[in-house]
Amino acid sequence: MSKVMPLISKNCGQIRPTSVEDYVKAGGYAALKKALGMKPLEIIEEIKKARLMGRGGAGYPAGAKWQQMYEIEHTPKYIVCNADEGEPGTFKDKLLLEQDPLKVIEGMTIAGYVFNSHDGYIYIRGEYAAIQKLFQEAIDNAVQAGYLGDNILGSKYSFHLHVMTGAGAYVCGENSAMLNSIEGKAGRPRVKPPHLAEVGLFQKPTLVNNVESFANVPVILDIGAEKYLSIGTAESGGTKLVCLSGHVAKPGVYEVPFGVTLRDIIFDEEIGGGMSGHRKLKFYHLGGQSGPCGFLPQLDTEYCYKALRANGLSVGSGAVVVLDESVCVIDYLKCVTEFFIHESCGKCTPCREGNKQLYLILDKFSQGTATQDDYRQLERLSNLLAKVSFCGLGQAAATALNTCLKNLRAEFDAHLSGQCPAGVCFTNQETESGE
Amino acid sequence: MQKTGKAAKKVTVSIDGRPVTVPEGTTILEAARQAGVKIPTLCHHTDLKPRATCRLCVVEVKGQRRFQTACNTPVADGSEILTNSKAIREARKTILELLLADHPQDCLKCVRNQNCELQKLANEYQIREVAFERSEKDLPLENTNPSIVRDMNKCVKCGRCVEVCQEVQQVAAINTANRSVDFGVSTAYGESLADSPCVYCGQCIAVCPVGALTEKDDTARVWEALDNPELHVVVQTAPAVRVALGEEFGWAPGTISTGKMVAALRRLGFAKVFDTNFTADLTIIEEGNELLQRIKEGGVLPMITSCSPGWINYIEKFYPELLPHVSTCKSPQQMFGALAKTYYPEKAGIPAEKIFVVSIMPCTAKKYECTRPEMQSSGYQDVDVVLTTRELARMIKQAGIDVEALSEEEYDAPLGISTGAAVIFGASGGVMEAALRTVYEVVTGQELKDVDFKEVRGLTGIKEATVDLAGTKVKIAVANGLANAKVLLEKIKAGQCAYHFIEIMCCPGGCIGGGGQPLGTTVAIKEKRLEATYDIDRGLKLRKSHENPAVKTLYEEFLEKPLGHKSHELLHTVYSKRKY
Ligand SMILES: Cc1cc2nc3c(=O)[nH]c(=O)nc-3n(C[C@H](O)[C@H](O)[C@H](O)COP(=O)(O)O)c2cc1C
Ligand code: SF4
Ligand code: SF4
Ligand code: SF4
Ligand code: FES
Repeated sequence: MSKVMPLISKNCGQIRPTSVEDYVKAGGYAALKKALGMKPLEIIEEIKKARLMGRGGAGYPAGAKWQQMYEIEHTPKYIVCNADEGEPGTFKDKLLLEQDPLKVIEGMTIAGYVFNSHDGYIYIRGEYAAIQKLFQEAIDNAVQAGYLGDNILGSKYSFHLHVMTGAGAYVCGENSAMLNSIEGKAGRPRVKPPHLAEVGLFQKPTLVNNVESFANVPVILDIGAEKYLSIGTAESGGTKLVCLSGHVAKPGVYEVPFGVTLRDIIFDEEIGGGMSGHRKLKFYHLGGQSGPCGFLPQLDTEYCYKALRANGLSVGSGAVVVLDESVCVIDYLKCVTEFFIHESCGKCTPCREGNKQLYLILDKFSQGTATQDDYRQLERLSNLLAKVSFCGLGQAAATALNTCLKNLRAEFDAHLSGQCPAGVCFTNQETESGE
Repeated sequence: MQKTGKAAKKVTVSIDGRPVTVPEGTTILEAARQAGVKIPTLCHHTDLKPRATCRLCVVEVKGQRRFQTACNTPVADGSEILTNSKAIREARKTILELLLADHPQDCLKCVRNQNCELQKLANEYQIREVAFERSEKDLPLENTNPSIVRDMNKCVKCGRCVEVCQEVQQVAAINTANRSVDFGVSTAYGESLADSPCVYCGQCIAVCPVGALTEKDDTARVWEALDNPELHVVVQTAPAVRVALGEEFGWAPGTISTGKMVAALRRLGFAKVFDTNFTADLTIIEEGNELLQRIKEGGVLPMITSCSPGWINYIEKFYPELLPHVSTCKSPQQMFGALAKTYYPEKAGIPAEKIFVVSIMPCTAKKYECTRPEMQSSGYQDVDVVLTTRELARMIKQAGIDVEALSEEEYDAPLGISTGAAVIFGASGGVMEAALRTVYEVVTGQELKDVDFKEVRGLTGIKEATVDLAGTKVKIAVANGLANAKVLLEKIKAGQCAYHFIEIMCCPGGCIGGGGQPLGTTVAIKEKRLEATYDIDRGLKLRKSHENPAVKTLYEEFLEKPLGHKSHELLHTVYSKRKY
C-alpha cells in the first residue's frame, strides 16, 4: 500500500490555484454547500468525531476549541487563520496557500458560518509576499463567484476575508502576539487570562486555527468524519503534511496518513528515500526548532499524536529535519538556541536571560571549557524555560536540548575532555577553510 | 473571568495545605496574602495591571504541568497551590540569578541601596553566588534634563514605568522596545526624555523597583549653598511633604512631621524656614479673583488650575489650543520664589542677590519648573534648587540629625504663616476646596459655616459637583492623574463641558502621590497621607486663605491688590505651546 495519501493536498499542482472554476470542478465548495444546510453544532460534532487536532504545532483538538468558542455569547466573533509558518523546517502551509488557497478559504468560510462571524483574517508571514497577492486574488475570485462576501450562495450568511501580514517575527505565530500584530501593536504575547476565545482580536471572541487545520475542514465535511477517522489512527484522524529537510534524499512536503512510522517517513522510497549522502542517520528533529529530537531507537514509532508523545516526541508543525553523523550535537543545539535568542520577544525573564545563558554554556562545551557543574546549570535553565516562561516560545526553547541530553549524553561528555566525535568542534579555523 | 454585575461567588482553595475562601476572580497572590503567605513579586505593583513578565511569583498548582504566575492567575475553586516547594524555590533562585547576571554589581553606590526590591529579593533568597556568566552592558546614563535620571543598565524590564506612563498618565513618553536580549524601555527612537513628550511627573520613578529611574539629585548644590557664608539660604516646604517625610524615617504612613521637619531644616543650616502654604493662600486670592473676573467679564471658561507643573507641561505639549483655559497664576512654589527675592529682601534688609531659595517638593516636575525662563521675574532665577521629599530625607540622614529626638518647631514669619486652606493643596481637590471657601465669602458676603467640601475629596480620578454661591450655581470638576485630565480636556474640546472651574493635578491623588515622595507609595499609603492632610486642616483655627494675616499684610505693604500691577509682574505668567 502506498504510504503517501494526497487528501487535503490533492489539488496541489493539479488545478490553477486561484481559479474558482477549477476548484469547483475538482469537488471544491461541495462542503460549504453541505455546511450551509447543517446546524452549526452538527458541524462541530463532525469536527469532533473526526478527531481533528490543530496542525499549528500544539495539537489542540479543534472540535473542543470550536465548542468553547461556540458557547461564548458575545458578538461579533472573529475567525483568524494563522499562516505565519515561522517554525524552521516547516513549509507545508506554503504549499496549501500557494497551490490550493481556495481550500483554506472554504474552511474559514465554514468556520465563519458556524460562529455566525462576518469577518475573517489570515495572517500571512511577511516573507511570503508573493503568496499574499495570490491569496488576495483567490479571495477576490471567490467573492466574484458568490462563495465569499455578502450573502454567500444566496443565503443570509455574509463573510469577508482580510489578508494581514507582519514583519517576520517567529513569535508572531503565537496566537495572542499575532492578534497584537494584526491590531498594529508590537507582536508580543498577551497576558492570559483572558483567553482569546473570550477577549481576542479587537477585544472580541476569536477563533485561531492553522492553515492546514482549516484546509481539513472541507475534507471532513466532504468525506464524513467516520471515513476521515478511518484514514488515520484511532486517536489521530486523517493525514498530515510532513516537511522533510536536512540530510535526506528527497526533501519536500509529503501528505501521509497518521500511523506510518518515522522510518517510513525518512527511508521509504515514496517519501524521504533515505539519506542524501553516504553518512548514517544520527538524529532527526521533529516539529521545528521548538520540538524534540528523535534518535535511532525511536525510528519505528508510529507517526501520530499518541505514539509520538508516548515516546517523548511530538508532531508539532510537521517538520522532520534529518541529520547525519557529520552533525555535532553541541553545534546543532547552539544553532537552535541562537534561533530562540534571536526570536525571543524579550519580555519575560526565563526566555530573555535563560536562552542567552544556555547558549553561553553550550559554547563552553564546544570550547572544551565546560565542567560537570554545567550539566546542573543546563538542567536548571531548561526546567525554568519549560515551566516558567510566559509563552510557548520560551516553554519550548529547551525541548531539543533535553532530548539530546538524554540520548546523546556521551557526546556531551566527550566535549568535557576536548573530544568532538563529529569533528566539528576544536578544529583549527584555518585548516577547515574550503570545507 | 469575573462577571460584572453579579455578586462575586466564593471559591475555596488550598494554599500550602491551608484552606482559604476568597471571591471568585481573586488572584493567587491575593488569596495567598489572605492566607498569610507573601509570594515574592518583582514586575507586579499593587496599583497597576499585572504584566506577568518577571515570572518570580510562580507557584505550583496541582494538575498543571507548568508553574503559574500568582500575580495574574485567578484562583480556581478547589485548586491546591504550593507556594514554597523545592521546585518553586529553585525556579525563583534561577530567575534571580539570571537577573543578577544581567545587573550591575554596584549596590553600594546605588541610590536605591537598601531600598531596592531586587536587592531585597536576592537577600531573602540568599543568592550568595551567581552561577551564570555576567553580561556587562554599557548603556549611557541619561541625565540631560532637570528632573529625571535614567540608567537602563539597572533596568530589570518589569515594565511598571511603561504601565504608568502609558495607562495611568497616558503620556506615552516611554514604551517597551526591541526584542530578545535588547528588550527594554525606551522613548520613541531612543531620543532623550527632554525631546520626548515626557512631562517629568516622576510617576515612573515612583514605581521602579530598582535604581534604573531616579530623581536628579540636587543635594550637593544645596550643601554648597549652605556652606557659602555669603548666601542667605531660605527654604520653603510644600504642603504634601509634611505628611510623607516621616515614612523615610520609618514612621507610619500618615504621620504628621511638620514640626520636626522645620526643626531639622534649621539644623541643616537654613537661615529661614518658610512654607509654600503661605503662597498657596496667596494663590487662592489671586486665582479666586481671576475666576470671578472671568465669570463677570465673560472670560474663557472653564478656568483650570495651574499649580501642578507636570500638568502644565502636559497641556503645553498635548493641548496647547486649550491654554487660554489655564489660570495665569504661577504655582505656589514659584510665587514664593518671586516674593522671596523681592518682597522678602525689602522686608529683611538683605540684598536679593544674596538670597538662595530652596524648595522641598513632593515633585520632580518642580525641578524643571524652576528652570523655566519665565520663572525669573525677580530678576534672578526665583527658585534656585528644588529638592524632593526623598532628597531632603537624605540630607537629614547625612547630617546625622536624629529626627526622633527633635522638638517640634514653628515656621518663620512672615512667609511661613498659612491657613488650613493651604495645606489641603497637597490633596487632589484641595485647591478647589480652598478656592470655594474664599470665593463663597467674597461672592456672598456671608460667612461660610461648613468649610468642608467633601465631594471634591478622595482618590477618585474625576470628581464633579455644583456649588450654590448665593443663587449662582458654579459647576466644578476635579481630576487627578493625566489620563483623567485627558477625559476632561476632550470634553472641553468637544464643547460638552459646562464647568466653570476645574482643578487638575498631574499625579494620581494629587501632590501627596507626587513623583518625589517616599518610594513604595500605594493607594493605601496615599489614603493615609490624605487623612493626615485633612487632620492638619481640621486642627487649625484659620481655614480660609483670605483670613491669612500675613497675606493681608503682603497686599497692604507690597502688592496693593489682587490681580494688580505687581501681582501681574510677579505672580502671573504665560504659557506656550511646546514641541517635542
Ligand atoms: C512561538 C510560537 C510560534 C508559533 N508559530 C505558529 C505558526 O507559525 N503557525 C501556526 O499555525 N501556529 C503557530 N503557533 C501555534 C499557535 O499559537 C496556535 O496554537 C495555533 O495557531 C492554533 O491553531 P491550531 O489549533 O489549528 O493548531 C506558534 C506558537 C508559538 C508559541
Ligand atoms: S517566552 Fe517570554 S520572552 Fe520568550 S517569546 Fe514568550 S513572552 Fe517573549
Ligand atoms: S516622568 Fe511621567 S511622563 Fe515622563 S516618562 Fe516618567 S511617567 Fe512618563
Ligand atoms: S526602568 Fe524601572 S520600572 Fe521601568 S522597566 Fe526598568 S526596572 Fe521596571
Ligand atoms: S510578579 Fe508575577 S510575573 Fe512578575
